[in-house]
Amino acid sequence: MKILMLGWELPPYNSGGLGIACYQLCKALSQKDIDIEFILPYQADHEIDFMTITAAHPQGIEAVLRAGIAYDSQRYIKRYVDGGENEELSLSIEGQQQLYEHAVEQMVAEREVDIIHAHDWLTFRAGLRAKERLGRPLILHVHSVESDRSGSPHGNPLVKEIEGQSMLLADRIIAVSQHTKNKIIEDYNIPADKIEVVHNSIDPTALAPLDGDNAYRYLTLMKQLGYRVVVNVGRLTIQKGLPNLLRAAQKVVERDPKALFLIVGSGEQYFELIDLAAELGIGQNVIFTDFQRGKRWRDAYGIGDLFVMPSVSEPFGLTPLEAAGYGMPSLISKQSGVSEILHSCLKVDYWDVDEMANQILAVLQHDDLRDELRNGAYREYQRLSWHDVSDKVLSLYQHHMEGVAA
Amino acid sequence: MSKAIVLYLHVHQPYRIRHYTIFDTAVRHDYFDAPYESPESNERVLKKVAEKSYLPANQRLLKLLQQHPEFKLSLSLSGLVIEQLERWSPEALQSFKDLCATGRVEIVAETFHHSLAFFYSRPEFETQVAMHRQKVQEVFGQTPRVFRNTELAYNNELAQWADQAGYRGVLTEGWDPVLGWRSPNFVYRPVGTEQIRLLMKNYKLSDDIAFRFGDHDWKEWPLTADKFAHWMSEDHNATNFNLFMDYETFGEHQWEASGVFDFLEHLPGEWLKTDDHTFMTVSEAADSFEPADEVDVPHIITWADTERDLSAWTGNAMQTGAIQALYDLESRILETGDWALIEDWRRLQTSDHFYYMCTKWFNDGDIHAYFSPYETPYVAYINFMNAFRDLQVRLHETLSQKGVVL
Repeated sequence: MKILMLGWELPPYNSGGLGIACYQLCKALSQKDIDIEFILPYQADHEIDFMTITAAHPQGIEAVLRAGIAYDSQRYIKRYVDGGENEELSLSIEGQQQLYEHAVEQMVAEREVDIIHAHDWLTFRAGLRAKERLGRPLILHVHSVESDRSGSPHGNPLVKEIEGQSMLLADRIIAVSQHTKNKIIEDYNIPADKIEVVHNSIDPTALAPLDGDNAYRYLTLMKQLGYRVVVNVGRLTIQKGLPNLLRAAQKVVERDPKALFLIVGSGEQYFELIDLAAELGIGQNVIFTDFQRGKRWRDAYGIGDLFVMPSVSEPFGLTPLEAAGYGMPSLISKQSGVSEILHSCLKVDYWDVDEMANQILAVLQHDDLRDELRNGAYREYQRLSWHDVSDKVLSLYQHHMEGVAA
Repeated sequence: MSKAIVLYLHVHQPYRIRHYTIFDTAVRHDYFDAPYESPESNERVLKKVAEKSYLPANQRLLKLLQQHPEFKLSLSLSGLVIEQLERWSPEALQSFKDLCATGRVEIVAETFHHSLAFFYSRPEFETQVAMHRQKVQEVFGQTPRVFRNTELAYNNELAQWADQAGYRGVLTEGWDPVLGWRSPNFVYRPVGTEQIRLLMKNYKLSDDIAFRFGDHDWKEWPLTADKFAHWMSEDHNATNFNLFMDYETFGEHQWEASGVFDFLEHLPGEWLKTDDHTFMTVSEAADSFEPADEVDVPHIITWADTERDLSAWTGNAMQTGAIQALYDLESRILETGDWALIEDWRRLQTSDHFYYMCTKWFNDGDIHAYFSPYETPYVAYINFMNAFRDLQVRLHETLSQKGVVL
């Protein structure tokens, strides 16, 4: 079976969970003898041997990142610029999306594929073009919708137009959670039976192990002095709901001055959050590290007593599963896809700051609760696998190929 | 009666904090040792300022002192800049000593660490003033008779303290809401004091040199020494023109190419052309003129910005949180008797650190008025807080070694 996969990023060049989910899904599918060609908007060496990776356009990742990452849909604007000599250097996200769309349309003319599978809005129009050209079924994989990314029902109308049109014209839609499926129905009036929920997962063998020497030496010492550490890892954007975590943190610190909050990540709210922590009078208790990779990213999971994901709207949310894998329990917002599959964790409405503070304090003050949550989450984590996910996707492929044959 | 120019120049360099992350905290204590190439390198900044400003300006000042027996001036050098000169530019320090050796250059008292301690801890403030006095005696063989508080921050209480401490004069800004109908060109008596005299900066004339000199859009550009001397001659009642400014005006804030050194070289000659014109040091002015009136300053004024208050240092929550956290450590830090630790704590008190965290220019759009080695005020805050956390760790370790229970 030949699948044409359209995506915007793959590790190690990913800016978030989108690239990881694409990578893991393709890897699991390839082990089921699926032949995948993955078309990216940039050229780079990913050291991936289980599928063919093609660049839509011979540009480096920097050109794509300059325009913006897949989450920057608010930056997608129509720009009528006179294309000078250096047009390519200054392409907007819209320019990048169009470049990709047209390149894919040209490239697929000679391809023979069974299914076209496109990941998130930036590749959806390219998916439609490929479907037109090849007459093969198009499956859209929705990792987030515009109302998630913008943190409001409105979002960017241009992006909503792309999402709405593509979803109408596609043969099938995969949503990464029931939460996302509901949003697709709500935002775009797509019939429920056209949308299949296939939750993301995690590969328990893929997390690099912690070593004995944690990079957060300061936090290690403070823990010896009886301090407890609450961790958040993620982009600092409106979707992620960090202001509410800080407001809860203020209430926590009032009752337990030995509570520290480690915020790992960057994003457009970075400075606003620093300001807010200072204004709430908890500047000494909140530590901002900026974006981290590798050991410093892992060690954030290694040092914490509780992971909090307070997202306003989270289509899936991989980080609590990573936390589980590194032995840290989680408090997650009910407005997240991962809350549909992770049970050994605390859950709270993202807007309920008092309850958030209440639950954080409970974990910090009761090691029994912390350990119980941690052990339970770890057991769930160990049972997770991308193979089950790829089986569901595979059966969708088969269903649609039969449909075509018939 | 004679009319005097009272020229007073302030020399200061802080120990800037390097890019100091949470991963350095509790690992390395070298907050002030940025790599030489980075903008926060104290050695690099000091050498640059010495070469562009201190050395060439002192050379001119020495020549003027030799040419004109009536030329005099006053200088304040923070303890921190004296230390840095000793370490990285002994030749510039020698040039300051050469000025003093003429007997016509007066050194003004201040806090060693260029801190705002007066408003946070009186004992700590007095210690820093004593440290500075001792350093000035050692290096310049003088005992200061006139006091200037950091940033010329001043209120009645400060004047009363300086009076009690036996100073002959105190300096501050000649701010209109305080002066009312009065002119800064006289000597005043602070409310509730006996012996001490108040000299207030003529900010209009001072800023003509310090800020507007090189501004080609200014209607008075180019400013020449004879024009400037003429303006002062026009004020027939005045006794003293208080020209107070940062020393770095000459060669650093106003570059050599602006002609500022030529202006400096010609000003005494132009001014002294008229018989009753002269120069005085700050204590001479305090001794020579009867106070014209009493001045009441219940609220703190400074020489900064259009507000002339402390808002550039303590105007946002990051600044107030950071500075309060630092002074909260006072009694325990001093209890350690660990002089390296105490000295680092004092270096963190330097007002510049809080100034770098100022965000009010986001509203003013007046970014050019602010000098900072950091990309944003938030980076400055993060560096500071991480250094502060490290200080806390060292404090804890030192006290627990001494058997103090925290």
